[in-house]
Amino acid sequence: MKGKLRKTPLVLFGFFLLLWLIGLSLGEPTRVLEQAKSICLQCIGIG
Amino acid sequence: MQTIRKWVQAVWVFLINGFWGFPITGNLYQGPLKVICSPGLNCYSCPASTTYCPIGTLQQLLLSVRFSLETGKYYLGLFVLGTMGMLGVSFGRFICGWACPFGLFQELLYKIPSKKYSIPPSLNLLKYVFFILFVIVLPLVFVDQFGLGKPWFCKYICPAGTLEAGIPMVLLVPDLRSTLGVLYVNKISILIGFVLWSVFASRPFCRTTCPLGAFYAIFNRISLIKLVLDKDACTNCKACHKVCPVEIRFNETQGSGECINCMKCMTDACNFEAIHVSVAGYRLTKAGRKRLIDSQ
Repeated sequence: MKGKLRKTPLVLFGFFLLLWLIGLSLGEPTRVLEQAKSICLQCIGIG
Repeated sequence: MQTIRKWVQAVWVFLINGFWGFPITGNLYQGPLKVICSPGLNCYSCPASTTYCPIGTLQQLLLSVRFSLETGKYYLGLFVLGTMGMLGVSFGRFICGWACPFGLFQELLYKIPSKKYSIPPSLNLLKYVFFILFVIVLPLVFVDQFGLGKPWFCKYICPAGTLEAGIPMVLLVPDLRSTLGVLYVNKISILIGFVLWSVFASRPFCRTTCPLGAFYAIFNRISLIKLVLDKDACTNCKACHKVCPVEIRFNETQGSGECINCMKCMTDACNFEAIHVSVAGYRLTKAGRKRLIDSQ
């Protein structure tokens, strides 16, 4: 393996990790789970 | 390599659609795994789905932003956007080529013997319009009296949702059949359109319409894992142009947002080892053959 470490993706990864953590602290996973557990009738072309 | 890729794609299909108890329960999976993001486009209303669809869930959070703010909650979609971003920055469109069920479905359709046609490159830009307009702007802007919007992309466009959830749920729950109307006919027509198009052109939905593909495409040039061209080893023989399923010229447009990183150019075309996989800047494969010969 040879090359030079590219830092841009690592920095961006850190940024999105921060967004993810903020979402986590705001309790979004509960909302995501609630949503994903139910059938979205609109999404499947009904309603 | 392409056989391995097909197997990886198949494994992903069953990983994110691993609930096969739905014929007995008559309902979709409702366990805790649904807090995990599916890397590819996979409707969470699919009865077998064990994960959430990033595009569907992002729309659901955005369409209810005003409502949630009014009720003292701060559901801004950051959890989903953060997950999508981490996936995009890490893998770029490797996900499209290796882990998307609807991508695999289109690839299988393309194997049906028929005359094949190319897709005009200008149509590739449409998917960015779908992402910005149908996934972000319209769900945020057009809201009802309760402050709730609509999942525009899922509701009016997504053929993956129709295939994976619309048709199976209607078959599974007879009560739903009486509620079918114009919306369902519209979605079925779009699905049929893409099925037919996929027989004659390679991955038309991924290239022209998929909002998740558009999001990952933004990161293709800078993603942690990506395909890289060794310019010193490239002889410009154009062999990579001929095998590309999304019709890009890899040696001329390296890092193109259209590349789904299927590696066909690397393993099935290039005789000079000029294309390699790079992880965070470190190449995983050996140096180009031409350069080695030149240096001797």
